[in-house]
Amino acid sequence: MASGKSIMVDTSRCTACRGCQIACKQWNELPGTKTKQIGTYQNPPDVSAETWKIVRFSEGLKENGKPYWYFFSEQCRHCLEPPCVDAIKGYATDGAVKDEKTGAVLFKPSSKAAPLDEVRTACPYNIPRQDPKTKVFAKCTMCIDRISNNRLPSCVLSCPTNALMFGDRDLIVEMVKKRVEELKKTYPKAKALNPDEVRVIYIVTDDPKKYHEFAVA
Amino acid sequence: MGVTRREFLLISGAMGAGLALSTLGVDMLPVVAYAEGLGKIDKVKSAKETYSLCYHCAVTCGLVCSTDTKTGKVFNIEGDPDNPINEGSLCAKGAASFQMSARNEHRLTRVLYRKPGGDKWEVKTWDWALTRIARNIKAVRDKEFITRNAKGQVVNRVEALSHMGSSKLDNEECWMITTAMRALGLVYLDHQARVCHGPSVASLAESLGRGSMTNHPIDIGNSDCVIVMGGNAAEAHPITFKWAMRAKDKGAKIIHVDPRFTRTSAMADHHAFLRAGTDIAFVGGMIKYILDNNKYFEEYVRNYTNASCILDEKFSFKDGLFAGYDPVTRKYDKSTWVFKLDANGVPEKDPTFQNPRCVLQMMKAHYARYDLEKVSSITGTPVEDLKTIYEVYSSTGVKDKAGVILYALGWTQHTVGVQNIRSFTIVQLLLGNIGIAGGGVAALRGQPNVQGSTDQAILTHILPGYLKTPVASLSTLDEYLAKNTPKTKEPQSANWYQNTPKYMVSILKTWFGDKATKDNGFAYSYLPKIDDGQDTTLLDMVDKMYAGQIKGFTCVGQNPACSNPNAGKTRKALANLDWMVHINIFDNETASFWKGPGMDPKKVKTEVFLLPAAAQMEKAGSMSNTGRWLQWKYVAEKPPGDALAMGDILYRLVLKLKDLYKKEKGTFADPILDLQWNYADAKGMYDSTAVAKAMNGYFLEDVTVGDKSFKKGECVPGFSYLQADGKTSCGIWIHCGSFTQDGTNLIARRKKDDPTGLGLYPEWAWAWPMNRRILYNRASVDENGQPWDPKRAVLKWVDGKWVGDIPDGPWPPLADKEKGKLPFIMKPDGVASLFGPGLVDGPFPEHYEPLESPLSKSLISAQLSSPVVRIFTADTDKIAGADPNYPCVCTTYSCTEHWCTGADTRWQSWLTEAMPQAYVEISREFAELRGIKNGEKVKVESVRGKVECVAMVTSRLRPLKVGGEILHQVGITYNYGWLFPKDCGDSANLLTPTAGDPNTGTPEYRAFMVNVTKV
Repeated sequence: MASGKSIMVDTSRCTACRGCQIACKQWNELPGTKTKQIGTYQNPPDVSAETWKIVRFSEGLKENGKPYWYFFSEQCRHCLEPPCVDAIKGYATDGAVKDEKTGAVLFKPSSKAAPLDEVRTACPYNIPRQDPKTKVFAKCTMCIDRISNNRLPSCVLSCPTNALMFGDRDLIVEMVKKRVEELKKTYPKAKALNPDEVRVIYIVTDDPKKYHEFAVA
Repeated sequence: MGVTRREFLLISGAMGAGLALSTLGVDMLPVVAYAEGLGKIDKVKSAKETYSLCYHCAVTCGLVCSTDTKTGKVFNIEGDPDNPINEGSLCAKGAASFQMSARNEHRLTRVLYRKPGGDKWEVKTWDWALTRIARNIKAVRDKEFITRNAKGQVVNRVEALSHMGSSKLDNEECWMITTAMRALGLVYLDHQARVCHGPSVASLAESLGRGSMTNHPIDIGNSDCVIVMGGNAAEAHPITFKWAMRAKDKGAKIIHVDPRFTRTSAMADHHAFLRAGTDIAFVGGMIKYILDNNKYFEEYVRNYTNASCILDEKFSFKDGLFAGYDPVTRKYDKSTWVFKLDANGVPEKDPTFQNPRCVLQMMKAHYARYDLEKVSSITGTPVEDLKTIYEVYSSTGVKDKAGVILYALGWTQHTVGVQNIRSFTIVQLLLGNIGIAGGGVAALRGQPNVQGSTDQAILTHILPGYLKTPVASLSTLDEYLAKNTPKTKEPQSANWYQNTPKYMVSILKTWFGDKATKDNGFAYSYLPKIDDGQDTTLLDMVDKMYAGQIKGFTCVGQNPACSNPNAGKTRKALANLDWMVHINIFDNETASFWKGPGMDPKKVKTEVFLLPAAAQMEKAGSMSNTGRWLQWKYVAEKPPGDALAMGDILYRLVLKLKDLYKKEKGTFADPILDLQWNYADAKGMYDSTAVAKAMNGYFLEDVTVGDKSFKKGECVPGFSYLQADGKTSCGIWIHCGSFTQDGTNLIARRKKDDPTGLGLYPEWAWAWPMNRRILYNRASVDENGQPWDPKRAVLKWVDGKWVGDIPDGPWPPLADKEKGKLPFIMKPDGVASLFGPGLVDGPFPEHYEPLESPLSKSLISAQLSSPVVRIFTADTDKIAGADPNYPCVCTTYSCTEHWCTGADTRWQSWLTEAMPQAYVEISREFAELRGIKNGEKVKVESVRGKVECVAMVTSRLRPLKVGGEILHQVGITYNYGWLFPKDCGDSANLLTPTAGDPNTGTPEYRAFMVNVTKV
C-alpha cells in the first residue's frame, strides 16, 4: 500500500455549503471570476486555473419519484500513478512532480511547455487546466504548503460535516472501507471511486455518473 | 517536535472518536520551493493570530485572523479549530471572511455626503459630518418633541426621528444605541429582529418564559430526531448542520418539511413538500396524532405544563374565531381566555385530564378537525408523508429519546409567525422535549449578533433584558413596576420576574447615574413613553416615513431598501426624509437610494450621510450567538482609512449632542445632559470592555446580600445580587454575571473542559443567564431531580446539590414541597403554556391562510386569513389574493452563499462568483406550462412590483394538490439588489406584501402570490 497522504470525500455527508470551494480560493489567493446564473447552483461551471475546487450539483428523480440532489466536491485526485505528470514531462522534464513524502501531484512553471489538450485528456478526471496567459498548468496542490507544515488542507479544515477528511493514506483507506460498508446498509450502490488509484477517494451512494461525468475513471 | 494546537489532526465524532491520523511530520520539500503559497505559510507561522467571529448567521463561528506583524495588515482568515462550535469549519460565507477585511477594495473608507438634490458623494471630515448630524438631530428633536399626548399624559418622546439597526454590531455597540436613542426620546426604534425573529421572542416567551433558542448549536448533536421546518438549516445555518450530521452519524433521523427540496432535504431521511404558509395545519395534524395515539410524555405534561388547568366556562372556539372577537376593532377581548381559579387564587387543575374543560382536552377538541385528509388538502403534502413524519417524530415522546426542531424565518415571516412557532413548541412540550439535551426549540437566528441586538432591545417594545417599554398610562416608576411585575399564588412557582424592580432600577442607575434618585423615581420620567396600544414597529416607521411624518433617520448596518417588504414603498419613503445617516462597511441600496431605479437625484431632497464603519475584525467586543453564548473577539487590524467602530461613531456623536445641549439649551435636555457616557479609554477611543462592564453592572455602594459582602465599585457577579434601591447599576440584567466580582471578563474564556460530555463547554465563553447552557433544564429531571434519561443527564440532584449544567434556579427538586420549584421559572404559574392566552391572536394555534392566498375560502373554517392580522393602507400596500393574474404561491429565502440582501456578500468576488445573479426556482411542470426553459430570463410579478431574474427549472419544486386543485409554487432569493454587481438583478422584496403578524408586526415575506412569465 502506498504511503503518503490521502483525502476522503464522502459525498453522503456533503451539504454543498461550498466552504471548501471558497476556503481554497482564500488560502491559495485565487480570484473570484465573473460568472453568470445559467439555471444551476453550480458556479463556476468548471474547474479552471483560477478555481481548483468546485462543488458540482446534479439533480433528478429517484425511482420512488422523490427528488435527489447530489453534491460532488471536486478537486484533483492526486493519482498514485499520475498520467498528467507523464504527459507534461514529455514537454518539460521538471514540469510536474509527484511529491515523495505526501504523494501530492504538483505542476511547476515549466509545465507551460505542454499542450492543454494532451494533458487534459491524459487525466481520466479532466482536471488539469492552463492559465490562459502564462500557460502554466494549475490545479489543487493538496495544500502542499499547509500539509508540509502540519496543517490541514484548507478545504478539509473548512468542511463542517467531515465529508472531507485528511490523513495518512493507510488510515484514510481504512476509513473509506468502513464508511462504504456502513453506507451499503442503506444505499446498496454505495462505493468508493478508484480507491486503489487515487489519493482523493470519493464515496458515492449511487451511480457515479449521476454525480459528474468524470467522477470515476 | 513542538506540538501546537493545530498540529494534531483529530477526527471527532462518528469516524472513531479521537482517532489521530498521525502528526504529519513532513519536512519542507524541495518541490514546494516553487509553490506560490510558500511565502504565505511562512507568513502565517510568524503572523500575529487574533480570534474573531464570523459576521453572517448567528451560529457566530470562531475565526483566526493572521496579521502581518510588519504591515499590521490581515492577510489570511480561517476557521478557529479550537472553537467548539465550528471546530475550524466554515461555510462559503465564513470562508470568505477575508473579503470582509480592508483588503476588499470596495470597503467604505471615507466619510461621504450627498447634499439635497446632489448627484454625487462628496468626501467630508468626521468633525464636519458629526457636527452637522448632531445639529440635524437637535433641530428635529427640539421642534417636534412631544411632551404630552392627546390625552394629556406626559410622554416625552419624539416621533419625527427614527432609527434602524443593527444585529451586525457587537453587544456593547447595540447597548449604546439602545441607550442613546432612549435618551433622545425615540420610539420609532427597531432593527432586523423585527423583520426576522421577532415572533420567536413573543412566541417562546409566551410558551416557555424566555424568548430565545432553548439549547445551543452543539447540542443538536445530542438529538435522536432533528426536524427542520420553517427553515433550511444546511443552507442558512450550515454549521448547525454540522451538529445535525453529527447526530445522524449516531443514528438520529433528519426530517425536512419545506416548500422546496433544498440542500437540507438532500441530507434528510424524510422530506415532505408543503404549501408555503400552511405550517400550522401540518403541525396541528401532528398534535392531533400525538394526542389521539397517546404519544405524549404524560408525567412531563402533567407536572410541567398547564395541560391540567381548567379553562373558564366562557372560553370558546368556533369556526375560526376564539371567544371575544370584535369585528369592528379587529381585536379580541381576552377576558375569557383564563383559567378557573380556586379559593386561593390558584388555577383549578385535573391531573387525570378527565375534565373536558382542562387544557389537554380542549386542545384535543381544537385539533380534532386536523385529520390527515384535511391537513393534506390544505398543505398539499401527501397523506403518506404526513403519516411517516408524524410517526417518526412523535417517537421521541419517551424518556430516553430526544427530538429537536430547527426553524428560522420560514416560520417567523408570516402573519401567523408567532403561532407557527407556538404550534411546534406545543409538540415539544407534549413529547417532553424541552429542557433536555438533544431537544428544545432551536430558533436559528440569522444575523451574527441578532440575539444580542434583541437582548439589548434595539426594539420599540422592550428595554434591555426584555423589560417592557414604558407606556403613557404608567406615568411613574411605581405604576410601571406595579403593572409589569407579575404576581402568582402558585405555591411552588419561582415567578422570577418578581425581580423586575431590581432590574429596572439598575438600568436607570446605569443610564442616569447620580441623577437617578429614589426621589425622582430613578429618572423614569426621562424615558420616552408610547401611547397605550400605539404601534411603532418597523413597518409603522416606514408607513410614517412614507407619509412624510418622519424627518430624520439613522440606519446602521441594515439595508431596508432591499430587506423591507414591499421595498418599493421603503425606497419612496426614504425620499420623503429631510436627512438620513447611514453607517456601514459597504455602500448599499439604502445609502444610495437617491440614485436608484426610478429616482431622479436632483429631485430627491433627502440629505444623506454615509459613514464608514469598522468590520468585525477591526474592533473588540462580544457577540451573542443563537444559543445565547457570548463570545469575545479582538482587534486584528485597524479599520481602513477613516473608518471607525460604530461604538466610536456613536460615542462621539452623543458627546457632540451633549455639548450642543449644554451650550445652547433645548427641549427636554435633561436625559441627554444627565446620560452616563463614560465609555472611552484614556485616548478618547470607544472602550468596549468599559461598556461590557456597565452592562454587567457595579455595586454603587458597599452592599451585603445574605452572607456575601461587596464593595462599592466591584462588579455584580450575578443578577440575584441586584438591588431595587439604587445601590447597584446594571445595563442589562441578563448579562449580569458575565464579569466576576473582581472584574474578570468571563465572555473571553477559552477553556474546553466538558464535564457532562454533552458539549456544554461551561468554561468556553459565557452564556446568559448565569452561564446556563440549556434553558429550562429543571424540566430534564423528574420531581426527585433524577434525569429522565441518565445517558443524557443535563442535571442531577446528588447529595443535596445539583450536578451538571447550571440549574435554571438553585432550588431543590419539585418533590421538596417547601423549597422545591416548578421548572418554568419565568412563567408566573411555573409551568409551560400549552394554552397561551398572552398572545393577541389566540391561545391555541389555528390555521389561517396568508393574507395573500391562492384561496378565496378557507378549507378549515369561515376565517380566511387571521382575523387580527396587521394590515396597512397606504396606496402602495396592495393585496391580490385568489387573483387569476397572480396564480402562483411564492416564497422567498436566502442561499448559503449570500447573507440577507447581499449588502455585504455581493461585494465579495468569491461569493458572487458562486451565486452571481438573482434566480427564481420553478417546477418542471410549471416551466412547461409557461414555455420557460432553464436559464432563461423571466419576469416575476406581484400586484406590488416586478423583478427580472433567471429561471431555474428544477424537480426540487413540484405542483401541489390543494383543495382538490393543482397549485404551482415558486421560490426566489432576496439576496440581490440593483447597486452591485450591476447585472445581478433587483430585490425580491419589491414583490412582498406589507402585512404583519398581529403580535409583533413581523412581515409576511414567505407566502404571497405572483405570476412568472418569459421576458
